[in-house]
Amino acid sequence: MISIEDIQSNMYLQLAKRNLKRQTFRTVLAAIGIIIGVIAISSMGILGNSLKMSVTDSFGDIGDKLLIYPAPGEDGVTEKQIQQMKKVDGIDAIIPAYSTGDRVEYKNSYTFGSIYSIEREDLEKLAEVEDGQFFKSGSTDCVIGSSIADNLELRVGSKIEIGDSRLRVVGILKERGMGFDIDADTGVFTSAQMYEKMYPGEGDEYDFAIVRAEELDKVDDIKEDIEKLLNKKEEVITVFATNIILESINEAFKSISLFLMGIGSISLLVAGVSILNVMLMSTMERTKEIGVMKAVGASRKDVLTMFLLEALLLGVVASLIGGLFTIGAGYLILSLVVKNTSYLFSLATLIYIFEGILFGVATSLIGGMYPAWKASNMRPLDALRYE
Amino acid sequence: MSDPIVQLQNVRKTYTLGASEIHALNGVSISIERGDFVTIMGASGSGKSTLLNMVGCLDTPTSGKVKINGTDITKLDDDKLTTIRRDNIGFIFQQFNLIPTLTAIENVEIPMIFSRVPQNLRKERAMRTLEQAKLEAEYAYHRPNELSGGQQQRVAIARALANEPPILLADEPTGNLDSKTGKSIMELLVRLNEEGTTLIVVTHDQKLTEYSNKTIVLMDGEVSNDIY
Ligand SMILES: Nc1ncnc2c1ncn2[C@@H]1O[C@H](COP(=O)(O)OP(=O)(O)O)[C@@H](O)[C@H]1O
Ligand SMILES: [Mg+2]
Repeated sequence: MISIEDIQSNMYLQLAKRNLKRQTFRTVLAAIGIIIGVIAISSMGILGNSLKMSVTDSFGDIGDKLLIYPAPGEDGVTEKQIQQMKKVDGIDAIIPAYSTGDRVEYKNSYTFGSIYSIEREDLEKLAEVEDGQFFKSGSTDCVIGSSIADNLELRVGSKIEIGDSRLRVVGILKERGMGFDIDADTGVFTSAQMYEKMYPGEGDEYDFAIVRAEELDKVDDIKEDIEKLLNKKEEVITVFATNIILESINEAFKSISLFLMGIGSISLLVAGVSILNVMLMSTMERTKEIGVMKAVGASRKDVLTMFLLEALLLGVVASLIGGLFTIGAGYLILSLVVKNTSYLFSLATLIYIFEGILFGVATSLIGGMYPAWKASNMRPLDALRYE
Repeated sequence: MSDPIVQLQNVRKTYTLGASEIHALNGVSISIERGDFVTIMGASGSGKSTLLNMVGCLDTPTSGKVKINGTDITKLDDDKLTTIRRDNIGFIFQQFNLIPTLTAIENVEIPMIFSRVPQNLRKERAMRTLEQAKLEAEYAYHRPNELSGGQQQRVAIARALANEPPILLADEPTGNLDSKTGKSIMELLVRLNEEGTTLIVVTHDQKLTEYSNKTIVLMDGEVSNDIY
């Protein structure tokens, strides 16, 4: 068994340590190169990951939803189709909705919003009320999204006008971010009765339906089952699974992360060259020493080990320091670019730091390889004669 | 009688410098028995170091045959030469050639590392060897630059003895020392020979030949006489 003590008193390691200390300034310069390289690689990785997280976060939890639209040429999604869909396994909820776009007025200002008719219990599944409450079923009241409220400076109790109708705002929704199901932030939600009064004759078939899966990995099966069940004879509906979006976002950001890390790795490449340079200089300076070592019995492998260990030691120490600094650098970059430092404390960050350290160590080793090989192949006599 | 421990047959070493050829060794044949004390003398440039390096497996001949402890080293590669050298030869240089980053005792440990002596035995053996080389124990943990020339050469001798080699080679070991220190180093070498080690010393010191049982005088790469 190798104990810590053995490693500490290991002569190769002692030699490596002392040889690195011999040219402290040069060693520190080389180490700084590696440190910067590690910081660059890992903080770029962290940045890429945080960008991804900030985008996926702003889409809300959309991944587990499927949107059912009428197929081209169809008028809408029928109640019968909704009933049929209920037979499909793995569905948590089916939320049919009417929607249209319209002008929303308040006092002398106006904005455009999406007007929805969604049952109260269904809306509760999609959004949260921040202020006030949900409308009562059958009432003329409405609940509005946060950006409409901001734009028109609405409060609970304000009365808005849509077309000829006046609706009382009883609730304002919590900001939810972009979504593919409903535009919660720019929406006006009201009861079926009120909607029918505002847009008479449109109430036969739903404009679309939202299907929520019990679990994220059931989404693909549900999509397949619904399509099989409803589009048996002819194409009557189109199913759109929102997890596709998440997947493509993930794909896109994977490339972005890779690209950013690629930029970071350029600095590591420079560091590798400087290691090569430093080690090459020290093999030149220590030519005579290498000759002596060989004269007293060092094999090529022994010399190779000694020099690689030096590179490894330098690489490990510098990379660990770099990994430590990455936390600070990541914090700085995230607060400047993404403006949300909470992403720093994630598993992904740890992985990127680990990757950075790994690359740092590998770079040092690769940089040290040629000098070590060169040293090991020196002929002892030539080395001894060298002054 | 057993085989000679060192045997050279018609050894030539030729260096080519541009168009000219230098015959550093020009057909040298010698044989050295176990326990011999051989001094090698000759003018500067006569090939003494070349001969010693050949015996020390640091160099191979251009032609001829070199046998060390029964093994023909003429055709061996670098790694095999290293092994033969490690197990048979202790080298003592004129310049001491200690590793500056290591303490005296660590310098002595170095050859043992390469011959894979377990760590727990190394320190103890190195200490004993330093004692054998008559370095005062208090200097064991000093770096070479904190030691006098004589002390450094004692460390170097201890290093040469570390793996208990049957052959000790010394290339002008007193060349960098004052005469008094040189004398005590020579006395140490003579005593090591008396304890059984085969000793080959390149020297300019005529007096030393009195102790040796064989003197080889080189002249322009050839053995000029062979005194028994
Ligand atoms: N690597 C080399 N390249 C060219 N010439 C060499 C080399 N090594 C030694 N020589 C030459 O070989 C001759 C013998 O050298 P050497 O054995 O060092 O002599 P000594 O040790 O007796 O002074 C000298 O002329 C020297 O210049
Ligand atoms: Mg010489």
